[in-house]
Amino acid sequence: MQASNPVLKLKSAAITALVMLGLALLAYELPDILDKKVLSPEQHLTTVIWVGSVYSLFALGYALVFSILGVLNLSHSAVFMWGGYIGVMSVIRYDVPIYYTLPLAMLGGGIIGVLVDLIAFAPLRRRNAPRISQLISSLGASAVLVNLAQLEFGTSPERFPRTTLKELPYEATVARPYTIGWLGAEFRITPLQVSIVVIAFALMFLLQYLVARTKTGKAMRVVAFNQKVAGLLSISVGGIFRLTFFLAGALAGAAGVLYALAYPSLTPFTGDEMALKGLTVIVLGGLGSIRGAVLGGLLVAAFEVYATAIGYSWLKDALPFVALFLILLFRPQGLLGEATVKRA
Amino acid sequence: MTTPLLEVKDLSVSYGAIVALRGISFKVEAGQVVTLIGANGAGKSTTLNALSGIVKRRSGQIWFDGQDISGMRPDRVSRLGLVQVPEGRQIIAPMTVLENLQMGAYKRRDREVQHDIENIFARFPRLKERRRQKAGSLSGGEQQMLAVGRALMMRPRLLMLDEPSMGLAPLLVNEVFRIIQDIKAHGTTILLVEQNARKALKVADYAYVLERGTISHQGPAAELQNDPQIISAYLG
Repeated sequence: MQASNPVLKLKSAAITALVMLGLALLAYELPDILDKKVLSPEQHLTTVIWVGSVYSLFALGYALVFSILGVLNLSHSAVFMWGGYIGVMSVIRYDVPIYYTLPLAMLGGGIIGVLVDLIAFAPLRRRNAPRISQLISSLGASAVLVNLAQLEFGTSPERFPRTTLKELPYEATVARPYTIGWLGAEFRITPLQVSIVVIAFALMFLLQYLVARTKTGKAMRVVAFNQKVAGLLSISVGGIFRLTFFLAGALAGAAGVLYALAYPSLTPFTGDEMALKGLTVIVLGGLGSIRGAVLGGLLVAAFEVYATAIGYSWLKDALPFVALFLILLFRPQGLLGEATVKRA
Repeated sequence: MTTPLLEVKDLSVSYGAIVALRGISFKVEAGQVVTLIGANGAGKSTTLNALSGIVKRRSGQIWFDGQDISGMRPDRVSRLGLVQVPEGRQIIAPMTVLENLQMGAYKRRDREVQHDIENIFARFPRLKERRRQKAGSLSGGEQQMLAVGRALMMRPRLLMLDEPSMGLAPLLVNEVFRIIQDIKAHGTTILLVEQNARKALKVADYAYVLERGTISHQGPAAELQNDPQIISAYLG
């Protein structure tokens, strides 16, 4: 049936040509790639895990909003950037102990998230505006948030002060080796990186638990399934939307602080760089899938880290998009996404 | 006569330029089964959705139990006990049968939820057998029972059923109407929207006929059943 359609024929021919071209390139470069020894692969694995956990945590916010409302919230990356600033500036300006920065940024991110919903999304929903309008409106909200950050914080990079980081126990930023006994592999990882991984995965686990097990989480799933039915079941649809934006904002805030702890260069444009990564993560993993976002985050980190490791750092940013392209061709619902969720 | 449980005054609804309801008025007395019959597109579902707050009304008033509920949000309306079983059942397919019933009790804080679930399982043994199955895997008849069961979990004071017999085999249609009588016998007031006018008039106490957004006939169901005009238009 498909073969008889000339458009599809052309499409599959184009796909085949592209894949062949890719394979030829790979075959040409392969000896070179194999020749370059990847120095201590286990070391890169630890990088993949801690960088990936931040990517996953960040991308989860997109997935959460998309799964409940069916729209992409493009202001998520700006909320992430604000989360980072709330963490860093509360230390620099108000000497807030570093332990409080995470809950503070989560609260702040959550509140910004709700404001974005009230200002950029809710008015459009009331008018039954198409999803594309909501997408563009969220892009506007993102620009406003970035501009506000420029006004307030300037554009030179900010970071957690070194002295504050030293307050953390066990010299948090100094790498120490961990050996895995029978594998003989040696990992170098800092306690700070361990904390980042633990915090990120703990938050992701909490979210999964909330959505899958609690009554409120089930109400969120009912809203995602059908808003009319949700209303008939006494579920306040607007309330669930605001909760969703609060949770997504809180995740962005947390990811922002973890990012600022990991990289000493926070600017108002940090979010823009993360936005593309985060969107790649959720499309790779499957739009609206929590587990997919976790897997996608680790994958994108792996592409970046290993591309650099084999000396192709110039490919670092391209590789995730190559993977994205292939996924869209062969598995458009993403690795762990369900094939087109039925909406009644 | 006491004040009716539900009173609708001059209710109008339009979708853009299309007028769906042109100022209809009707009443539902407590303890009765009232039916709203009419052809496709007459405005039956629109009426229920306007009562539930899902569709915005253009004008008119809705009184439920002496309270003006016009323009109230759907979640508030249903909390008052004005509960709708929507057309096409609309059970939550990816959740289990048990979870669907629990969602019916979403806003309830009392301790009798478990007791009510057992009651519903006693009434619909098929649902008990399939309590751990995904609701989407049920047959059409079972889904309708789940939809009704889920609505009963909300302890409705007035249960609105939108085309409960739609798409069901004749044997199951009879079963649905038996359930309606059973619910009435337990003291719940019912507003029934049906295309199957013959069966609807049999279980109803009072009936309204909707025709292109207006009420063309009304009267005790037993009388309408014998009205030659109704017979030729809807029972023929």
